[in-house]
Amino acid sequence: MDIWALLIVPLAAALIITFITRKRAELSSYVSVGAVVLCFLIVLPYLVRMLGNPHMEYIEQSFLWIDIPGLMVEMGTIIDPLSIIMLFIVTFVGSLIHIYSRGYMHGEKGYARFFASLSLFIFSMLGIVLANNFIMIFVFWELVGLASYLLIGFYFEKPAAADAAKKAFLVNRIGDFGFILGIFVLYYATGTFNFVKMAHIIQAGEVASGTLGLAALLIFCGAVGKSAQFPLHVWLPDAMEGPTPVSALIHAATMVAAGVYMLARTGFLYAAAPHEAMMVIAYIGGLTAFMAALLALGQNDIKRIIAYSTLSSLGYMVMSVGVGGTGAGMFYLMTHAFFKALLFLGAGSVIHACHTNNIWEMGNLYPKMKITGVTFILGSLAMMGIFPFSGFWSKDEILTATFFSGNYFLFAIGVLTAMITAIFMTKVITVTFFGEKRYHGHPHESPAGMTVPLMLLAVFAVFVGLAGLPGLDPNFGTFISAVAGSSAAHAGEHGASGAHHFSYFVAITSTIAVFIGIAIGWTIYSRKLIDNNAIAAKFSGFHTALQNRLYIDHFYDRVIVAGIYNNIARVFNFIEVFIIIHFILNGTAYVTRQIGKGLRLTISGQLQHYAFGMVGGVLVLMIIYVLL
Amino acid sequence: MEGFPILSVIMLSPLAAVILLLFVDDARVALVRGIAIASTSISLALSLYLLFIYDKVKGGFQFIEKIEWVQSLGISYHLGVDGISVAMVLLTSIVIFTGVFVSWVGIKHRIREHYMFLLLLVAGVYGVFMSLDLLFFFLFYELAVIPMYPLIGIWGSANREYATMKLTLYLSLGAMIALLGLLSLYFTAGAKTGVYTFDMLQIASLSYETGYQIKVFLPLLLGFGILVPLAPFHSWSPTGHAAAPSAVSMLHAGVLMKLGAYGILRTMWMLPDGAQYWMPWVAGLSLINIFYGGMVAMSRRDMKFMIGYSSSSHMGYVLLGIATVNYIGVNGAVLLMFAHGVMTALAFSLIGFVYDQAHTRMIYDFSGLAKKVPFVAVAFAIMGFASSGLPGLANFVAELMVFIGAFKEYPVHAIIAVFGIIITATYMLRCMRDVFFREPMEKWDDLRDASTFVERLPFVLLIAVLLIVGFYPAVLVDVINSGVVPLVNKLNAAQVG
Amino acid sequence: MLTLDHFLILSFILFSVGVAGVLLRRNIIIVLMSLELIFNSVNITLAAFAYYLQSITGTVFVVFNIAIAAAEVAIGLAILVAVYRTRKTVNVEELKDMRY
Repeated sequence: MDIWALLIVPLAAALIITFITRKRAELSSYVSVGAVVLCFLIVLPYLVRMLGNPHMEYIEQSFLWIDIPGLMVEMGTIIDPLSIIMLFIVTFVGSLIHIYSRGYMHGEKGYARFFASLSLFIFSMLGIVLANNFIMIFVFWELVGLASYLLIGFYFEKPAAADAAKKAFLVNRIGDFGFILGIFVLYYATGTFNFVKMAHIIQAGEVASGTLGLAALLIFCGAVGKSAQFPLHVWLPDAMEGPTPVSALIHAATMVAAGVYMLARTGFLYAAAPHEAMMVIAYIGGLTAFMAALLALGQNDIKRIIAYSTLSSLGYMVMSVGVGGTGAGMFYLMTHAFFKALLFLGAGSVIHACHTNNIWEMGNLYPKMKITGVTFILGSLAMMGIFPFSGFWSKDEILTATFFSGNYFLFAIGVLTAMITAIFMTKVITVTFFGEKRYHGHPHESPAGMTVPLMLLAVFAVFVGLAGLPGLDPNFGTFISAVAGSSAAHAGEHGASGAHHFSYFVAITSTIAVFIGIAIGWTIYSRKLIDNNAIAAKFSGFHTALQNRLYIDHFYDRVIVAGIYNNIARVFNFIEVFIIIHFILNGTAYVTRQIGKGLRLTISGQLQHYAFGMVGGVLVLMIIYVLL
Repeated sequence: MEGFPILSVIMLSPLAAVILLLFVDDARVALVRGIAIASTSISLALSLYLLFIYDKVKGGFQFIEKIEWVQSLGISYHLGVDGISVAMVLLTSIVIFTGVFVSWVGIKHRIREHYMFLLLLVAGVYGVFMSLDLLFFFLFYELAVIPMYPLIGIWGSANREYATMKLTLYLSLGAMIALLGLLSLYFTAGAKTGVYTFDMLQIASLSYETGYQIKVFLPLLLGFGILVPLAPFHSWSPTGHAAAPSAVSMLHAGVLMKLGAYGILRTMWMLPDGAQYWMPWVAGLSLINIFYGGMVAMSRRDMKFMIGYSSSSHMGYVLLGIATVNYIGVNGAVLLMFAHGVMTALAFSLIGFVYDQAHTRMIYDFSGLAKKVPFVAVAFAIMGFASSGLPGLANFVAELMVFIGAFKEYPVHAIIAVFGIIITATYMLRCMRDVFFREPMEKWDDLRDASTFVERLPFVLLIAVLLIVGFYPAVLVDVINSGVVPLVNKLNAAQVG
Repeated sequence: MLTLDHFLILSFILFSVGVAGVLLRRNIIIVLMSLELIFNSVNITLAAFAYYLQSITGTVFVVFNIAIAAAEVAIGLAILVAVYRTRKTVNVEELKDMRY
């Protein structure tokens, strides 16, 4: 019963704030924070239970939502290591961010609306995590999109924010188009929507390989949209128009990770899908990771930089799933949630202090904002994947999985991306916190309500990776394989990366790459031994391209969107207005009127004309009569 | 006739109001409104009651009332409802109840006549949904169309003369074509059994040879299809929507268009072989509705035209669902008829509310309205998301069922239909962004939000219905299902033509 | 010898002349007179058939016809006089108000 509370409590919070406490901002925030903390407390016992017993049985509860002949759709929840991990991430990081937001959004108009939307988000996100069947996960998938829309467009009076919200929703819709088609394919192939039942059927080999491949790719479309993979990545950078806590929670830690979570949850499908389908996924992930890292280099807005780094991380996760390392992907998801949220919240702190997003308008903030600085640096080190921070272990898992699956090209891409990541993260740190003072005004450290969450997140960002350390704690250490296996565990088969090995080669290679990256970043931005502007001038074409996001957004906006609105839609409108309405309908009316005008002339008023007509008619009838 | 004639009361309540209003002076506005509200409340209460007391297990037509009218010709006053009709009757009562409140705010002159025609129209609609006699079916059908002429012509907005002419003539044409089919059925059934009757139950119980069914199905499909609106006979609809006053648009898009789909469903029931033959055509035409309607909606800047084409597009989903001839698709189609009716009523009432104050409906005339009219903005957003098929609102469940059903029978059509949800979201969100978000314009500083009970009630009620059915669809789906199952069974027992 | 044919031919000639007069003459009085001619031609036909077919029905109809013709003439002339008093014309081509 308490599982359902995970859904009911945040929804109730959202409703209470909307209808009852709308005008009382402080109270509304307490309601929202209380709801998510309560959810965390509900999750905690399950987490403990799982840590004690990684191979715990899954628990499932459901009720029928739609029940007609031929279609039974249930709403149900499933508790297994995979969902518990995700529940933990969502509620814990969510709680921290809720608390942080109380301080960050203080005094803003629409404070209550913000928290209502946050609660709606928690409700929807938990729904995705708990869902035990495809329809339910799709329902909450869309609802999470709604919450994202409301939060990105929070400052709706700003045209950029309104546009960004619309863009996010629509791009996600395109992904959902593929997603729902994939769901239909699977339904007609297996006769059920339920994950566990479907896993059994697929593992029994009852579904054709081609169908599985098609379904896998279609379902992956949903992940492409939600997790902002290429080519549907364009909404994520724009989503930074939303308040920073939103970026932290939704566009870093949880919602965008939902795509990866969904891939893990439906791991049974991907384990059975043909190799080619998996390769598509892996390459899209790798491409996204690499491209995003490049794009981050060209940005100056701290939130945008972190946003692109998120894109890059998501690419890593997707690539990991594609090469069969689902467990690694989930592990990275968990560590990423912590350090990325930390980075965003840290960025928020800095933005709050300097009233600007541009890193070139900051500088030498470290003396003034020690806590923010330290936590930010810790988060960055985790992000870059330096030993022994969490990011090292998780990134290492992914690279290991990639290398040992034989995808050397992707491995190289992964390492290269790590290097580029190190470059731009170093850039951010040195330009923002060190170097010359460029800010205006008097930045100061943020209040405790904001710094405490930062510190807590930092702790986790540093240490949570040790969960993957071989031999540290047998039960905790094997939870990775439990997570990896749990998505396929319901049929008792281990996921592809059930085996968990550590490779010195991979670890050393990635570490070297990272240090090279740090060195480059240090040289350019801190020591200024090479002038970054000179580089920009030398590669000016490439540089401009990076700044314009490789013109992908332009392509979408000017070619596709404008093309459809201005050209295609107008063609249809033309057909409608001119051909159907004007030509056919009004034309018919016009012809009828003209005939009427013509016939009217026969009414001459002359008696003898009428008489003539009568006589003529009689003659005609007579002739006909005679002839027939 | 046993027990309380609930169906007759539901239908006669508005008729009684019309007669009462004849004796009321136009100047006594409060009394006029009071009578209208009273009669629609009675209908609404009874329709809700009907929903709950309808026996889902037994199914079939219940609450039957029959009075012989013209015995020698076989005409009788014969009412009865099955699962599908119950949902439609409920839809009608919800829409007219909220419509009365919307007219309260919007109509300022000749109020008495407005309500008279409105209620007369509604009585006709009830009659169509309840009638089990073909002649009365046709009679009520015409009764539902003719009052549109004065309603749009007198109380409409710009271009109303053209719109009302077009709408009334087009719909009457459709009715006439359908009449051909109905009469043919009457004569054929009579020739078969020796007893000439218009009784639908009787006619449906006979079986006709396939060739005849195919021939007769066509005029009925076309005649009712014009009202759906089946592409390419749809252009009366957006023009009519745009010119009509809010309550009339609500009824028109919310209820009237469902009459056509309902007619098609009943025709399919009477002529199963013919239905199976023509359904692939319907499926194909429905795609035109969905895609073409959506594209034209994208290009329009007048909000009412945009919603009008959007309605045309959504009815395409309904047609696709009907064309699948399986339990899932048809259930989805009927549920979508209900959900769409409520949603579109909400849309037109909102646009009408803004139009009454702003005197413009053009998207480019507005910006940043969410600051001035937050209640309307939220309601409009809910409507926009419902139209786009967001889960939690009724339209999602219905569209999902239509897609699942369609994917089984016509996978390619289903793919295109699913693509339609992207199109809908595009123009809806764009409209929301352009009208409600972004910076506020000075000229709308004086816009009043929906603040009084009378102004808010219709919006709240319609949104509540969408949410209730969205979260807990079983409340309607079970009843609809009991009507759909026998229909689909009968259709699938037939051989494909 | 006089046969039925002779009467019919006479009747036909009279009918044709009458029709021609109704259609072609401009003076209303002449039109009315031509109308009478038509009536009479029909009478001749009826009477001829009555005699040659030994049927009394024809004679009965002749009597009806004469009565009706007389009534019609009375009304026609009355209308003519009224028209003349207001329009000062008996030219049929000038009475064309009920036109498009």
